[in-house]
Amino acid sequence: MTPVLGEVWVYLSTTPLLGLTLTLLAYQAALWLYRRANHHPLLNPVMLAVVMLVLVLSVTDTPYGTYFDGAQFVHFLLGPATVALAIPLHAQWGRLRSMLVPLLATLVAGSLTAALTAVGIAALLGASRESMMSLAPKSVTTPIAMGVAERLGGLPSLTAVLVICTGILGAICARYVYGMLRIDDHAVRGFAIGIASHGIGTARAFQVSEQAGAFAALGMGLNGLLTAASLPWVLPWLERLIG
Amino acid sequence: MIGALTLLLVFQLVGEVAVRGLNLPIPGPVVGMGLLFVTLIVRSGPGEQLRATANGVLQHLSLLFVPAGTGVMLHFQRLADEWLPLTVALVFSTLLSIAVAALLLQRLTHRTPSHGESR
Repeated sequence: MTPVLGEVWVYLSTTPLLGLTLTLLAYQAALWLYRRANHHPLLNPVMLAVVMLVLVLSVTDTPYGTYFDGAQFVHFLLGPATVALAIPLHAQWGRLRSMLVPLLATLVAGSLTAALTAVGIAALLGASRESMMSLAPKSVTTPIAMGVAERLGGLPSLTAVLVICTGILGAICARYVYGMLRIDDHAVRGFAIGIASHGIGTARAFQVSEQAGAFAALGMGLNGLLTAASLPWVLPWLERLIG
Repeated sequence: MIGALTLLLVFQLVGEVAVRGLNLPIPGPVVGMGLLFVTLIVRSGPGEQLRATANGVLQHLSLLFVPAGTGVMLHFQRLADEWLPLTVALVFSTLLSIAVAALLLQRLTHRTPSHGESR
């Protein structure tokens, strides 16, 4: 590097500007690709942006901590965004009340299936305790999942990665599951994917129909609340069971 | 927009304080969401400004996952060591929970009289 470039690099690597700008640039590029590919689920914009950032950081030998000094401003918005989920949830209040009992029963069954099968399978295949605790809240939206993982003794940053993988998996596979089980009701389809694959599944459901999307948002919001409230009590019990 | 953002932050702040004060096992923003949800029911709905701001924030919800997702680079070693249990658990658990939830809700709603004859 020439001396001038070196000076510029020293400046850039000490301000939050670079991490923040890189995050937004990578996201813009990922969105552009995703739209060009007609919203193909395999080209999920979160996954693409993450891959680009990991490549850039690895090539420039930048530690994640330095990057996060800038990116934390984006990360921080997950808090207010979680609070904002109250608004779409409230918009469904009428339908929610009319189907209250079936929805709540499904919520409990789906939420427990998501958490317990993940932890159970990981335990059977010999995963470490930290990994299992990071895996447990994988089906709920990232800000909630990270908070829950931290409470359980998992690694919030690993949880974020597992949550995003879960979302992408659900978004890709749901339609094949529904086809096999002959589920055509869009309210049912939406609610199930919202429970299992949070925001990424919800984004996918909105592309199928307005109704599927609304019920997905409902499933995502409710499962976030239920998982946050129940896992810290359910998991110690499961841990004793698998010893 | 600033008014609505302030409102969201105030609810988050109240949530964080409540969680720490009462020693709750729930993340603060989730309590904030619950409180805002109840407030919206009591006051019968969000104002136009809050609705627009919330839609704006939620439309780019996926952007907010990117910094945390990039944290994958901290875990390459763990992922290399435990890729099998993690992959199998993710795939089976995700497919199973979609199937269980969809089958159950389908059955429950088709038994209630208002939906029973729809097929």
